[in-house]
Amino acid sequence: MGEMGERVVRMGAWSAGPGCHGGCGVKVTIKDGKLTKCEGDEDHPYLQGRLCPRALALTQYIYHPDRLQYPMKRVGARGEGKWARISWDEALDTCEDKMRTIRDKYGPESMVFGQGTGRDAGGYIIFLAYAYGSPNWTLFGLSGISCFTPRLAAMSMVMGDFTFPDAAQFSPQRYDDPEWKAPEVLVSWARNLAGSGCTDHYFSGHWAVDMMKRGTKLIVIDPVCSWEASRAELWLQIRPGTDGALALAMLNVIINENLYDKEFVTKWTHGFEELKQRVQEYTPEKAAAITWVPAEKIVKAARMYATAKPAGMRFGQPLDSNREATSTIHALNCLWAITGNIDIPGGNVITRPPFGVTIYPYSTQEVIDLYGEEFVANLTKKRIGADRFPLVKNFRAWALSDMVLEQMETQKPYPIKGLWCQTNNFLANTAQDPKRHYEAVRKLEFNVVVDTFMTPTAQAIADIILPAGSFPEKDSVFTTGVPINAIQKVIQVGECRSDWEINFELAKRLNPQAVPWANVRELMTLRLKATGLTFEQLAEQSWTMAPKNHKSGTVPYRRHEKGQLRPDGQPGFRTNTGKVELYCTNYEKYGLDPLPYHREPIESPLSTPEIWEKYPLIMITGRRNSAFFHSEHRQIPWLRELSPFPEMEMHPETAAPLGIKDGDMVWIEGVRGKVKRRARLTPTMHRQMIHALHGWWLPETDGTSPNFYGVWDLNVNQLIPMGEQSTSGFGGAATKTMLCKVYKVKDEEATV
Amino acid sequence: MNATAKKPVKRMGLLIDYEYCTGCHSCEIACKQEHNYPVGRGGLKLTEFLTERPDKSLRIDYLPFPTMYCNLCKSRTNDGESPSCVKHCQASCIHYGSVKKLAELMESRPHAALFTPI
Repeated sequence: MGEMGERVVRMGAWSAGPGCHGGCGVKVTIKDGKLTKCEGDEDHPYLQGRLCPRALALTQYIYHPDRLQYPMKRVGARGEGKWARISWDEALDTCEDKMRTIRDKYGPESMVFGQGTGRDAGGYIIFLAYAYGSPNWTLFGLSGISCFTPRLAAMSMVMGDFTFPDAAQFSPQRYDDPEWKAPEVLVSWARNLAGSGCTDHYFSGHWAVDMMKRGTKLIVIDPVCSWEASRAELWLQIRPGTDGALALAMLNVIINENLYDKEFVTKWTHGFEELKQRVQEYTPEKAAAITWVPAEKIVKAARMYATAKPAGMRFGQPLDSNREATSTIHALNCLWAITGNIDIPGGNVITRPPFGVTIYPYSTQEVIDLYGEEFVANLTKKRIGADRFPLVKNFRAWALSDMVLEQMETQKPYPIKGLWCQTNNFLANTAQDPKRHYEAVRKLEFNVVVDTFMTPTAQAIADIILPAGSFPEKDSVFTTGVPINAIQKVIQVGECRSDWEINFELAKRLNPQAVPWANVRELMTLRLKATGLTFEQLAEQSWTMAPKNHKSGTVPYRRHEKGQLRPDGQPGFRTNTGKVELYCTNYEKYGLDPLPYHREPIESPLSTPEIWEKYPLIMITGRRNSAFFHSEHRQIPWLRELSPFPEMEMHPETAAPLGIKDGDMVWIEGVRGKVKRRARLTPTMHRQMIHALHGWWLPETDGTSPNFYGVWDLNVNQLIPMGEQSTSGFGGAATKTMLCKVYKVKDEEATV
Repeated sequence: MNATAKKPVKRMGLLIDYEYCTGCHSCEIACKQEHNYPVGRGGLKLTEFLTERPDKSLRIDYLPFPTMYCNLCKSRTNDGESPSCVKHCQASCIHYGSVKKLAELMESRPHAALFTPI
């Protein structure tokens, strides 16, 4: 227990605090009502006490002097930085009043509910949006919702579920579980597993290290030489945005050399002959010209992956950013399907919310389970993007970000009048073309920002700012990964409230019938029913895991053989044909190509040679950094010390002829704009690419208009357009593929 | 030896199995939290080494260096806990123990460094 007056509480960690998508367990020490320490929980199966730097710096986050601690209203012009402290009553009265006015005058769909990522965001934002009556729940600003949803959509269409590599995460014994096998080969595809600093939920990056220690060999596909690339058996230094061509060429080799799992293909897949025909177009030589990966390496990777059993594959957000994201991911899915690596120990295991409990819906079915089919169908009629993109209409219930922006600008086919912006700092981070977003949102009638710190976004567009709590300041439940974790309120900071509490109370005011529960805990208990635990009981034990063969079908292995995947209880997969659809019948139904293909990025050496001539470098952004979660943590002293400057990384041999030295201030200029960064020269970069970390703003500088903490100088998303999303609607934010040139800034411009 | 002679104190140290250090910085921040060190000071300092192999490929090594501010988490180890960096290392590549035991462990590690900060 520690010293007198101290108590230690175990709980799940889920942003805000570390940022991140949650998963691990922590022990927090509370003394005299203050949180004095955050350590890993050694009895938690996710990381066994290990912890990321951001969670270890939690005390600096929670008690930072710049934390928002009470509600505020704007008393000057938008962007002027004039705020007045108000009570929660006044804040919620104002929100209720303004939102009722918008609903009465224009209809509930005229209010957009935008989230970012991390925190338990989706659960409480859809909760508020649906109680209010608006279908327009979106990941505001991110073109094509290019993070995770394209993956979920593609895998759900192709095999009815999504998979992650098996690191024995479903067993409390983890690697000691006798049923588990270490994969012979793990493919880390555009992922930078360990280097991402654990921002994960379903699969923590360092599990790859655990597996390496148990004999797993790595194939790493990454344009940058990461730590794991330098440790890999095979590293493919791919040109960004060409993953589809690589996957198709690997399929070509595996099929033409008869390296696939014939029994699995015959029994459990649909459309093998059509796939076989399609991949003939993608020879290793052709793919080499597209991907910049030598043909012999492509062949070697294909053979190595196909002849290993089991083999796992983990891929990252850059796939969601492919020009045709849902098609590229379809191709990857074909790889683990035809090699028979689905739902076997050490392969790619189907991942569903533990016990079937949903807090944050990741599929259409989960949205329907929570809100009812008829209600969801009615909302879909007005959901932005649903009428134009059948996949968007039929998967997961997002309004499509690109079209939300367009509709804010045109006010057609119906007007948009307000934005509820929670866990989203689009001006610095989430949005492509952030100026376009700024111009559109600042014209709306009523904007609310809910966050933990003042951000460029809050300064620029908010009318009301509501202060949200970090994770030990809230009651919540993590179900988007294993195990289910309880998060519980153990401290109070200023007048901060949890995001769930804020949305719960406002939803109750706006639509009492939709919120029949007395409080958030009661709602959580209801949703936890399948676990047999109340919220309080779960909080007491901190986490729970469904036992093997649980009737919810949420625990591996070989569930397709056991009839645990389909609603009708028959063996097979949850698809139209009951099989893994190499030829995807839903894609066909939605007017999409039923077979995977590659399409060039909007700008590239091949698609726009005339731009490439003037802008001869490929700009990668959005790579992760263990000190920061997206645009968070720039004001946390211990974390900022790890990465103090907004940098641009470049190979020394690329920099030399440009006269750029390490530490020089440079412009990164593309067709659409330019930003200023500090050069860091490193041989880990490809000579024709640069990397600029996303999410930079400088909390230590002026936050008012027009500076907004330096975002216009720093935000590389100004080089990236909106409205170029994938054909399916999901995917395509060109965060890895825009062309640019880099040159030194003149001395008089060299601030930042 | 007379009866009042002190039992020799075992020399304790940290073994860094840097084959697996990914450079995640958890050790540095774990140390700062444990000792409440300000910016600019810490019991561990992560260093990066980029080495070109004969075939021109890069090998990246990270190595946390225990500084003069590392006291091997005396207050934790007295209570039977492991040092904070050891516990929180995401790659589980920092080991604490007697120099003798660590040297034995080192025999089987391809790349490791043994530090005795105090």
